Amino acid sequence: MGKTTTAASLAMGLAQKGKRTVVIDFDVGLRNLDLIMGCERRVVYDFINVINNEANLGQALIRDKRCDLLYVLPASQTRDKDALTKEGVARVLEELAASYDFVICDSPAGIEHGATMAMYFADDAVVVTNPEVSSVRDSDRMLGILSSRSRRAELSEEPIREFLLLTRYDAGRVQNGEMLSVDDVQEILALKLLGIIPESKAVLTASNSGTPVILDRESDAGQAYSDMVARYLGDEVPHRFLHAEKKGFLSRLFGG
Amino acid sequence: MGLLDYFRATQPPASATVAKERLQILVAHDRAAARGCPSYLPQLQTEILAVIRKYIDVDMNSVTVNYEQGESHEVLELNIILPDTPSSR
Repeated sequence: MGKTTTAASLAMGLAQKGKRTVVIDFDVGLRNLDLIMGCERRVVYDFINVINNEANLGQALIRDKRCDLLYVLPASQTRDKDALTKEGVARVLEELAASYDFVICDSPAGIEHGATMAMYFADDAVVVTNPEVSSVRDSDRMLGILSSRSRRAELSEEPIREFLLLTRYDAGRVQNGEMLSVDDVQEILALKLLGIIPESKAVLTASNSGTPVILDRESDAGQAYSDMVARYLGDEVPHRFLHAEKKGFLSRLFGG
Repeated sequence: MGLLDYFRATQPPASATVAKERLQILVAHDRAAARGCPSYLPQLQTEILAVIRKYIDVDMNSVTVNYEQGESHEVLELNIILPDTPSSR
């Protein structure tokens, strides 16, 4: 949960920091990134068209209306996911790498073809996890695949840099012992923590309107994503949203 | 948390603790399975035994092959029990 939301906010955050950024939807058949980015009505050509040489990159890339440095490459809704050939993906990524600072690959869920293609060529990987048993377990399996089946692994190059992003974090429930804490998750996955995104109503509000939540600077989730982008770019930013807001004596006594 | 909870002496174990314990076991298991024992082990054992039996008369159970996984290393252990009076052929 949270991969597309994270891809959209990470891409927007990087672009706002002056980096030329492309965000690619690898979820062929279930394209959603364009919706989260709010550009669904501007999709003409898609990733598969580019792979099949039915359109060039310039035709398929959608420039974001809020930030000049940000482009979206949408997934196809109609094609089969096998249309993502390794050679085709490699060619598109190579072409993009020549003129962009960051290429963000929004991976579909699971460990099938689309996800494999999204991670195969990666230099860095952000593992998005919820503090929930099934999510943490899946993340661990994904890490295994990252370290054994990526291009870097196959060529015995320096391994992919792996980061953890914990989303839907409810500090109150953690405090009550109802939710895995960030330390619990870290103990199991042992990754560099890139950020903690609190469970927030702002995420749904943002996706309702097609705005990456990072643009909602008033919201806790928006601020948490901004922190995450800064950390990714190498800034030392202390983690926030780790503790529940303190309740007054009366509300503690009578519940709430 | 209501008023009554303050006077309750024992709390059941928090569900997060249960979740963490389950996860630790599960993940350790998954990792062992993923990296797991190489599939060639049984065949390796048979072939090694065949080679040894060319020279020394040992029985089927005198060769054991063990595979162990440590934090950052793997150990392939071969144990061959030679007969007391080796009879050369």
